[in-house]
Amino acid sequence: MSKMLKPGINVKPGSSKENKTGSWRNYYPKFDHAKCIACGTCETYCPEGIIFGDKEHKYDADLDYCKGCGICANICPVKCIEMLLEVR
Amino acid sequence: MEDLKQKLMKKHLLAPGHTACAGCGEALGMRLIVDAIGPNCIIANATGCSEIFTSKYPQSAWEVPWVHSLFENSSAIASGVEVALKARGKTGIKVVAMGGDGATADIGIGCISGMWERGHNILYVCLDNEAYMNTGIQRSSQTPFNASTTTSPSGSESMGNQTLKKDMIAIANAHRVKYVATVSLANPKDLERKVKKAVETVGPSYIHFQAPCPLGWGFDSDKAVEIAKLAINTGLFPVIEYEDGQLVKVQKIAKKVPVEDYLKTQSRFRHLLKSDAGKKVIAQIQTIADANIEKFGLV
Repeated sequence: MSKMLKPGINVKPGSSKENKTGSWRNYYPKFDHAKCIACGTCETYCPEGIIFGDKEHKYDADLDYCKGCGICANICPVKCIEMLLEVR
Repeated sequence: MEDLKQKLMKKHLLAPGHTACAGCGEALGMRLIVDAIGPNCIIANATGCSEIFTSKYPQSAWEVPWVHSLFENSSAIASGVEVALKARGKTGIKVVAMGGDGATADIGIGCISGMWERGHNILYVCLDNEAYMNTGIQRSSQTPFNASTTTSPSGSESMGNQTLKKDMIAIANAHRVKYVATVSLANPKDLERKVKKAVETVGPSYIHFQAPCPLGWGFDSDKAVEIAKLAINTGLFPVIEYEDGQLVKVQKIAKKVPVEDYLKTQSRFRHLLKSDAGKKVIAQIQTIADANIEKFGLV
């Protein structure tokens, strides 16, 4: 046997990042950094896991992947995220 | 912006680019669960939404070792992986089996029963979105009483699904599973604590996660967390914890709300609000919630 048996289909971990799911979006989140208290709730609750930030820089979403679901805007305790119609 | 993104983006074990619907409660819950499990794990995933949306060929959203074979055998595969690790003397790797409500309560329950009976050191996670969502919202044994699905449609002859949810917690406890808990999106800290506890448990453990589904339940994509909170506060989804068959902790209901407030948020229950017969069904659903509240002492 010169070749190793390779059962199943093997793909690279995390390779789904090639899918830029941002193209699905109808609405995009706009973060008001003046109002943001940097609690990180939006980061916890993003189904895609693509909201990033810290106390100093406040929070933003990676629009390459954001599907525009609006959970972040709905959950924000100070309502500093607004969902705006995407214009392409 | 790009530099900031590189610097501040947390490394999650479920990568973006997966193809779950916008606002998917299951994708969110699964990310929280996998992040809580940590990188030292091997996951056997059953067929279902969770498998479909994370493994669109030729890509994978998983950053941990992950294997999918069939609908019914994730727990059998996990059993084999666990035994193989033991035989090779490898320690510190948690074996996890994962599946939806159909894979858990219907199709895979035989293999799960075997895995629990043999006492494997495996965490089983049920991602319960209360119907077969990826094939088009067919009812499962976890579909709630009188929810309308494509195979239990509401109409002149029926109010929807005529059966009660199968009690997976009782089934797990009947197998003497060491650690059994339900978790919800409403409380991610509690979810993290319970998953970590389940990972540390030596022997079988079971986590039941309620996964609000915007598509199948019929609500707007920004409402998943809100609906998970309502499910708890009505008493329809008790957040509870068992160790060695003993109830050790329940999440108390902060402010009890009538089941109607939960039902009216979702189109799968909308027919109940339209007729007198529906009102009677709502009263029956209220008795289910009240029974949960009394059984677990939720108020």
